[in-house]
Amino acid sequence: MTTRFIEIMVGAFVAVGCAALFMLAMKVSNLSTLSSAEGYHLTAYFENIGGLKVRSPITVSGVKVGQVTGIVFDPDRLQAKVTLLLEMDHDYFSTDTAASIYTAGLLGEQYIALEPGAEDETLKDGDTVEFTQSALVLEEIVSKFISNVASS
Amino acid sequence: MMNWLQNLGRKGLLLFEGLGRAAIFFVGMVGGLGVALLRFRLTLREIYSVGVLSLVIIVVSGLFVGMVLGLQGYVNFAKFNAEESLGIFVALSLVRELGPVVTGLLYAGRAGSALTAEIGLMKTTEQLAAMEMMAVDPMRRVFAPRFLAGIISMPLLAAIFSAVGVLGGYFVGVGLLGVDAGSYWSQMQASVDFSEDIVNGVIKSAVFGVACNWIALYEGYDAVPTAEGVSRATTKTVVRSALAVLGLDFILTALMFGDI
Repeated sequence: MTTRFIEIMVGAFVAVGCAALFMLAMKVSNLSTLSSAEGYHLTAYFENIGGLKVRSPITVSGVKVGQVTGIVFDPDRLQAKVTLLLEMDHDYFSTDTAASIYTAGLLGEQYIALEPGAEDETLKDGDTVEFTQSALVLEEIVSKFISNVASS
Repeated sequence: MMNWLQNLGRKGLLLFEGLGRAAIFFVGMVGGLGVALLRFRLTLREIYSVGVLSLVIIVVSGLFVGMVLGLQGYVNFAKFNAEESLGIFVALSLVRELGPVVTGLLYAGRAGSALTAEIGLMKTTEQLAAMEMMAVDPMRRVFAPRFLAGIISMPLLAAIFSAVGVLGGYFVGVGLLGVDAGSYWSQMQASVDFSEDIVNGVIKSAVFGVACNWIALYEGYDAVPTAEGVSRATTKTVVRSALAVLGLDFILTALMFGDI
């Protein structure tokens, strides 16, 4: 076995390994979608965020346009403050856009759905989404249903 | 009673003595890494024997592990009508756990045992002593290049394992069982995070590379210089490497993913 052969094989091995890492990065992980993560931030206040998490998707008509980057409790408003990161090319949301927390499927993860309104002015970086609808908590619905049934 | 106590004490002392020698050996080996980098030709030859020659077993097992994951995942997700989540299941289990761990176990069996046998035989035939006689430091000439080669090879092998496994899962899930190809990839991309999952997997496999090579080289260095001693050292390498990989995997998983 010549040195040349060994060097060629090691070179090929390293190349294949790097190609595998590259494939994992681009094809398997979110690196390719994250590269367009430069966008603008909006804030939204919710009474109850349910099971929303950081990195949950934000959609318009089911199309993903951004992700949740931060969730904190705001003690002044006594509400959950959610920071939304939207992609730069989706800058057409009017100021009366509504944000609702929905669940994908019966047991799926929760996401924020945006519904654009009719105003001409659009939301800019740092603006707040005024109209929000909290997550549906199953226990609340069940207890409402039971009290309705009991009272009727 | 006293004999029993004495036995226990002797075993404890031997254990700590062994750990101490292994630690000194490790420090010596790390000290030789600089020389191994300067004379990379030696390391190249070792990468060939531990990395390139392990490729076949890694690719084949990666493919089959991925295919089994695809099949099992499909059967179970189909009960909940959630076949689209197959991609997440295959990719996350490969990248986070199975890729580094199975690669580590296979590496210990394929390359670690060979390293121990080689070093043990070198010791038995007094080649190491001969090197020292010629003022060649075996730490720098023999151990450091092999150690470095293992650390370089291991993450590459684990990455190849995971990538081939994802393709194997794709082949079974999408090709044979009819999961939608678009949702297989898009769901995967939506939930596998680059820095959180891929990078942590690479770190894991690098740690396993350090552990497996350290154990393999030390067992060879520490072997009783007889035919029986070398065979016993080879067995010890495989057993201890497997235990180290599984134990370290738990600790690393708890550190990396414990808080989510």
